[in-house]
Amino acid sequence: SRAGFTGPENLSRVNLVLVKHYSQTLYTLYIRSVYHNLSKEAEIKRINKELANIRSKFKGDKALDGYSKKKYVCKLLFIFLLGHDIDFGHMEAVNLLSSNKYTEKQIGYLFISVLVNSNSELIRLINNAIKNDLSSRNPTFMCLALHCIANVGSREMAEAFAGEIPRILVAGDTMDSVKQSAALCLLRLYKASPDLVLMGEWTSRVVHLLNDQHMGVVTAAISLITCLSSKNPDEFKTCVSLAVSRLSRIVSSASTDLQDYTYYFVPAPWLSCKLLRLLQCYPPPEDGAVKGRLVECLETILNKAQEPPKSKKVQHSNAKNAILFEAISLIIHYDSEPNLLVRACNQLGQFLQHRETNLRYLALESMCTLASSEFSHEAVKTHIETVINALKTERDVSVRQRAADLLYAMCDRSNAKQIVAEMLSYLETADYSIREEMVLKVAILAEKYAVDYSWYVDTILNLIRIAGDYVSEEVWYRVIQIVINRDDVQGYAAKTVFEALQAPACHENMVKVGGYILGEFGNLIAGDPRSSPLVQFNLLHSKFHLCSVPTRALLLSAYIKFINLFPETKATIQEVLRSDSQIRNSDVELQQRAVEYLKLSSIASTDVLATVLEEMPPFPERESSILAKLKKKKGPGAVSVELEDGKERGELNGGADRGGEAAIAASNSTPSPSSDLLGLRSAAPVGGPAPSAGSLLVDVFSEAGSAPPSAASEDPAPPLFVCKNNGVLFENQLLQIGIKSEYRQNLGRMYLFYGNKTSVQFVSFTTTVSCPGELQSHILKCIPSLTHTKPVEPLVEGGAQVQQVINIECLTDFVDAPLLNIKFRYGGALQNITLKLPVTINKFFQPTEMAAADFFQRWKQLSQPQQEAQKIFKASHGMDTEVLKAKLLGLGTALLENVDPNPENYVCAGVIQTKIQQVGCLLRLEPNAQAQVAPPPPPTHTHTHTHLCAHALDSHTASVCPSLCGSHCITHCTHLHVITRYCIYVKDPHRVGSSKSH
Amino acid sequence: MCQPIKKYLTASLPNAHPLHTYGSVRKRVKCSFIYTYIHIGSESTIKIKMQFMLLFSRQGKLRLQKWYVPLSDKERKKISRDLVQTILARKPKMCSFLEWRDLKIVYKRYASLYFCCAVEDQDNELITLEIIHRYVELLDKYFGSVCELDIIFNFEKAYFILDEFLLGGEAQETSKKNVLKAIEQADLLQEEAEAPRSVLEEIGLT
Repeated sequence: SRAGFTGPENLSRVNLVLVKHYSQTLYTLYIRSVYHNLSKEAEIKRINKELANIRSKFKGDKALDGYSKKKYVCKLLFIFLLGHDIDFGHMEAVNLLSSNKYTEKQIGYLFISVLVNSNSELIRLINNAIKNDLSSRNPTFMCLALHCIANVGSREMAEAFAGEIPRILVAGDTMDSVKQSAALCLLRLYKASPDLVLMGEWTSRVVHLLNDQHMGVVTAAISLITCLSSKNPDEFKTCVSLAVSRLSRIVSSASTDLQDYTYYFVPAPWLSCKLLRLLQCYPPPEDGAVKGRLVECLETILNKAQEPPKSKKVQHSNAKNAILFEAISLIIHYDSEPNLLVRACNQLGQFLQHRETNLRYLALESMCTLASSEFSHEAVKTHIETVINALKTERDVSVRQRAADLLYAMCDRSNAKQIVAEMLSYLETADYSIREEMVLKVAILAEKYAVDYSWYVDTILNLIRIAGDYVSEEVWYRVIQIVINRDDVQGYAAKTVFEALQAPACHENMVKVGGYILGEFGNLIAGDPRSSPLVQFNLLHSKFHLCSVPTRALLLSAYIKFINLFPETKATIQEVLRSDSQIRNSDVELQQRAVEYLKLSSIASTDVLATVLEEMPPFPERESSILAKLKKKKGPGAVSVELEDGKERGELNGGADRGGEAAIAASNSTPSPSSDLLGLRSAAPVGGPAPSAGSLLVDVFSEAGSAPPSAASEDPAPPLFVCKNNGVLFENQLLQIGIKSEYRQNLGRMYLFYGNKTSVQFVSFTTTVSCPGELQSHILKCIPSLTHTKPVEPLVEGGAQVQQVINIECLTDFVDAPLLNIKFRYGGALQNITLKLPVTINKFFQPTEMAAADFFQRWKQLSQPQQEAQKIFKASHGMDTEVLKAKLLGLGTALLENVDPNPENYVCAGVIQTKIQQVGCLLRLEPNAQAQVAPPPPPTHTHTHTHLCAHALDSHTASVCPSLCGSHCITHCTHLHVITRYCIYVKDPHRVGSSKSH
Repeated sequence: MCQPIKKYLTASLPNAHPLHTYGSVRKRVKCSFIYTYIHIGSESTIKIKMQFMLLFSRQGKLRLQKWYVPLSDKERKKISRDLVQTILARKPKMCSFLEWRDLKIVYKRYASLYFCCAVEDQDNELITLEIIHRYVELLDKYFGSVCELDIIFNFEKAYFILDEFLLGGEAQETSKKNVLKAIEQADLLQEEAEAPRSVLEEIGLT
């Protein structure tokens, strides 16, 4: 009676059968939902009627019996599964749990598994029912309860049952099926609330479940053991030898030995994969016998791949290959058996041309990791033609993506030109979804393996030409940076961009690069009459009107640079600047540039112009932000290529910024460290939000880009460190980070001590420091001073401690502390920790002693509203004069005794030293005697200072202050009153920021 | 919709995509499993193998959903909607795996249903594919010759079988015999109390 369900005639036939069995109501509903020719409204109407009916039953005066309750709860589930929202019936479902009838209980549990998230009121009731079932000693009920815990897995459940379930798991009289459920239930609880699931006395009994006679118990338990091992490898390390012997028994068994655990002639494929996965939590076994046995297993698995298949079914080959791929993962993880690595590579090479798309996909994926092993890199490279072919011919984008990834991974100096060329040509037809990533990869490879930089410049310009929309800022900043840092390529770059700009339609990114490079190095090609200064200018200006505001702003800066480079263009350019469309441009930024540049070009002498508009100094060299961006896009593990040449590294982000700055105001003619100022900003890998209009010109260049917001951290800078410089910054089960720091004037040095608390080495240990957040904070500079590339050794042995030094220079005020990101692999699992470094503005305080008269005279002078900030804090601790004094001293200010006429008050003075300015701060703390007075928590002070400085410098920041401080101050509660007044001395009147300071 | 899924199980077709062989009149079943990361504090990431599993029809109707990670209803809906669209847009011969957000999707179509699992990036795709197949085999064995309607109207059984086979996103019992034994035992318990009827059947009798 069941036939293909294709049209109305079949429908009626099926209908006849179904009407006998199923609810007419629900069936009709269902049919309507399937056949869209019936209106959606009608369906919803019908459902609502049904829901109203159920609701009235639940609310009715008559108590429903278990059977009816079950029926209606089940209807609700059905309606939910049809895709409608259900917001009642939970209570009735919970009631069903305590029914003695199995089916009622079962439906109750099902409803809860499907529909209850973590509704805290209900969870208590649910937990009660679960508790009863767990202690019922009825295995079927126990399994239902365990399944429910595993399905919901909330913290409340973990609190209630994390102690009980391990006992069930290891008890001698527990039935196998209950053990299986208990193991996975515990795993779910551990994943949700690891702190609540305590190992300990039952660790070894759990490990020994690997020896259980029942294969199902082993299959379930191994998932739990793998998870626990990855977190506590030491405690579980006895599982290695057990796993190896279990694996060996399975691998060497005949295909029928394991009876129902044999799947399409493959013995226990799931268990085998899980065993191989468990072994990946550990380094190769130290015991020679165990290792020998394991290598034997791996060889057997590789051998089996060559044997003729025992069945033509795809299930057979899938199961077999699933084990093979898992074995290859283990071989790659060990990365110590050249013989096995090469065999694995050859096997994958065969799969590259397999007719199954799935296998080709997996082979490409797996080879990607093989490419990073020194033993197999060369072997992988031999498949380059196949992979390039895959990139060109595969019909499935996800396979092509894998091919592109593999090409990226196998690239080295010997094949870079070929691979980059192939990727470029693929880019022209690539799917939009992967273009941006492709662009980043091409840019990275081109830079990394550039032998001559003209090739690099060509490649990047090609990138912009082919996929301009997908070229992110990082990429074009980078090319500019490299051109500026290498004088051998500047002439070539100028010539090439000049030619590229000839194209009638060229991408805006090309205009940006062209504007910048011609503005800097246009003189290098000006000798040729075909690219004379005026021709260059006209070419650039012909693009002007098609460009967005930021690009126009950049072009204006290029023009003023032209005036310096080519005095003969002065009149033409001034004419342009003077035109209404510039000097009266409705965009404030453009107008300001036009006005200022016009004025500058009119009044400044040639010498001044030459100084102000001098060629950009080289960029400081740091990690490529393109790489950082790719990492961000792909996740840390995905980027296996590391830029190895420190000298080639530079910072991109500052690129455009510096154009702006140089154009308007860089008046330090010495090759001064002032170049750092903006170079520093690049320490934050990607730009923050768009700066507010009217802020410094430099800001405008870093327009809100496509850059993702920085993955900034969760916790604020540890309050502990506001007033002290040494201590333990971070500690978990694996790692302890100690910190020692010292500050002098605007400089600081921080020693970080990374201690490995385990006995297993950390691999690929890397740390990076970045400055997050908005522009203001970029000015804090942190340069790891050991080396550029590897601030710490990539290996940290068990129990060892490594040290890192970070030099810090405070350039101007900042709000956000820099972030320290630590990544390493521990037993195969990637650990990723981001911390705020305890660098706060008050670290740069220099205490100032002064007499009372002096203090009050200054205090009165600083009477402008914008020179004062007040905060009123609720006291949080008991008041103690000494503690309060210590905290104020810890802030870095001088505590002035006998100054304030009121002895209750505290008065402090200090100067915040930054590179470009000093901020004098006078602080008065007035405890309110009536309330319970206590020192404010130190972080509050810091915020105050931070914002004060920010306030003084930039009124835009000021508007942000109240909201930032809001959480700390309670205005209605007058307990503590802090008033700070400040003035700013600018060290260098020529600096860009100076005009804004008081 | 009533096309027995079993046909696809037993037919030894070269490419395991029986759609072509049977012509476009037949419908398939889809199902998915998804695995994700859960972030705990700032320090550790614990991987959840399977994040969820979805079964949906060729019309994009969800037939069964199983979530192994805590997500709000809104997130669940969004994920299902996006994923269903993504998979339905794929052509038949394409590979069964795709990267989707941070996850790797493994899917396969049986008759009118797509079975789709999302697994964590490092996970074994092929074995996940066979998890799907084993689940289909279990359904097929239990229902006789399973079709989409069986799953719609006996959804509770489909869930119970899934819970016996996979728990918390991990394989609990891979033996077909043992899983079905557990389900049959439960059915016996049910029989003691009442005649074995589908729950919805009972509803129909009201």
